[in-house]
Amino acid sequence: MTSRDRIFSKVRSALEGVKDKAAYPDYDPAVLNSAPRLAGTLTEAFTRNLTAAGGNRIGSPAELAGFLQQAGLTRGYCDPALMDAIGNTLASHGLTVETVYDRSRYEDYQFGITRASGAIAETGSLILDDALTSDRLAALSPWVHVAALREDEIHRSVPDAIAALGPSRNVLWATGPSKTADVEGILIEGVHGPGEQVAIFI
Amino acid sequence: MIDHQLIDTYAREISDEKQTSVITGSAASTEKRYSILHQDYEDPNALRKLAGAIKDHTLHHLDRYLEQAESSLKRNGVQVHFADSGDEAKETVLKILQEREITRLTKSKSMASEEIHLNPYLTENGIECLESDLGEFIIQLDDDVPSHIVRPIIHKNRREIARTFQREGIAADYNDDPETITRRARVFLREKYMQAQAVITGGNFISAESGRIVLVTNEGNSRFGMAPSRVHIALVGIEKIVPTDRDLGVFLNLLGRSATGQQLTVYTEFISGPKDDSQPSGPEEMHVVLMNNGRSDVLESNCREILRCIRCSACQNVCPVYRQASGHAYRATYGGPVGAVLSPLLFGDQFPDLADLPKASSLCGACNEVCPVDIPIPDLLLRLRNKAKQEHIPQPGDVPMSPFATLATSPSLWRTAMTMSKAMNHLPIEVAPVKPLQEWLGQRTLPEWHGGDFRKWLKDRKK
Ligand code: SF4
Repeated sequence: MTSRDRIFSKVRSALEGVKDKAAYPDYDPAVLNSAPRLAGTLTEAFTRNLTAAGGNRIGSPAELAGFLQQAGLTRGYCDPALMDAIGNTLASHGLTVETVYDRSRYEDYQFGITRASGAIAETGSLILDDALTSDRLAALSPWVHVAALREDEIHRSVPDAIAALGPSRNVLWATGPSKTADVEGILIEGVHGPGEQVAIFI
Repeated sequence: MIDHQLIDTYAREISDEKQTSVITGSAASTEKRYSILHQDYEDPNALRKLAGAIKDHTLHHLDRYLEQAESSLKRNGVQVHFADSGDEAKETVLKILQEREITRLTKSKSMASEEIHLNPYLTENGIECLESDLGEFIIQLDDDVPSHIVRPIIHKNRREIARTFQREGIAADYNDDPETITRRARVFLREKYMQAQAVITGGNFISAESGRIVLVTNEGNSRFGMAPSRVHIALVGIEKIVPTDRDLGVFLNLLGRSATGQQLTVYTEFISGPKDDSQPSGPEEMHVVLMNNGRSDVLESNCREILRCIRCSACQNVCPVYRQASGHAYRATYGGPVGAVLSPLLFGDQFPDLADLPKASSLCGACNEVCPVDIPIPDLLLRLRNKAKQEHIPQPGDVPMSPFATLATSPSLWRTAMTMSKAMNHLPIEVAPVKPLQEWLGQRTLPEWHGGDFRKWLKDRKK
């Protein structure tokens, strides 16, 4: 008997003893929606919830250049497909922008700009889909991750975003910067992933 | 008779420093959980009931869903393995690694792997397996065990951690600033991620419908561990299945809020197979080890509701016994109310050793009220106490009940005893030469005796 067979036979015999098997509770996923978090337009709700999760919405590439310079971050990666929309503006402000992410130099990238496939208004999450993310590491190892998306790609709620998961092999919802409270419950941002999560509309 | 409640003893012996850490930490989490659920929802209770009902349905049809999950996973290009016992699970993981000559890997926090002590086993077999969750990393450095499901080092303070980092050469000097501690771990661990050939994770949920595995972390460690690795192995208990993707929304909304007071955990990753060909970073191979390790026994027992557990730790945070005693007092991977039920059941052949755990509760009911899947923990504790009785396992605090029974079944004796017992208030009972009484009193003080007053009051009232 294989392990698989053993497990199935044990589970089946365990279930023989269950008299009243519970039916699937049908429900409307709308019961999950949090009204206060959804207040306002999609963009308003997204921005508010992103900020509450410790993230940051930045209005324009020029503003982003200022934000990075102020933080002393001058070198980073940009998805080649986003050079026109964002990267070139940063370069014109004197920042060094590379379009190849070389993982042997992972510490060289202080910021990483990649395409998000959407966002969730209710939670302020950014949706990174493998098919659109030029490199998972480029969105993860730099101190600042900038997720670029179109304003009309914001989903309303968690159930809506789940319904839109699609066929992708890997989808990540990033809700704010990487966090821990392991040391005495004190919140520290930037544990393994970005210490700053930025969203920008293109 | 066993002399004492082991947990009580532990609680009395725990250092003040450790106890303060646990009490402050768990109280803060309880507070955050409560406020976010009530801010966000008019009726958070309805959600808990729904989540509990979905899990119950899944568990009652686990054979069907397990089969469906298996075929969905395979359809996604995942290699599926079954492990009936913890040993089988460990051997399966080792075999996958050895066949690929993998010797360095990282592991993101997984209670299932804690449960089977996977790490020491891999180390014995010459494989470096580094914990990447900050708390688990510190536990590993200290050769300690986690004392909380979500915050493994809730029992440690910053000074201890700073000393560990200095001792282990993670940092050249002593610095106990939490931000510095975190940065130092960041630098150390990313180098390890980059060198790792494989990553081991747990799995919070598997959707039977799509075969998506959902992994949540706040730190981003599972995502980082996966990005440079060639091989991903997810070790998942067979009870982690939910029927559909839609159901994932119910559990994700409750998990972050119940665990840490967040609407969602920061990194919520939906994985259905190895990476896309176009994606430069991520595993090319994905394995899922579906582990039983006693779960089918729990399913057969009258405590099967405990398998609904999504490991949020809310019951630990709210439990007065857990707060006083800390997770280590429960002597098994899972501490607190969930552990008091799960550990004696899961570690089946150890039941007599852990049969005292269900007694470590005042049955106040708080654990049930906070549980996002509405597990009736106090009821389950009572059922386990009963099991211990039926199996004649001696229990701490078992006071011979027959004298009481005689008294209680004879009204006239009872009356006399009630009024006479008032005399006890004037007796130096603490020094009475009755051993069981002394042991019992060793951990308690008696209130003043007021017996008999109710009967008197009722009699007077009838007049
Ligand atoms: S028993 Fe309930 S409250 Fe406790 S960890 Fe499990 S899901 Fe959370």
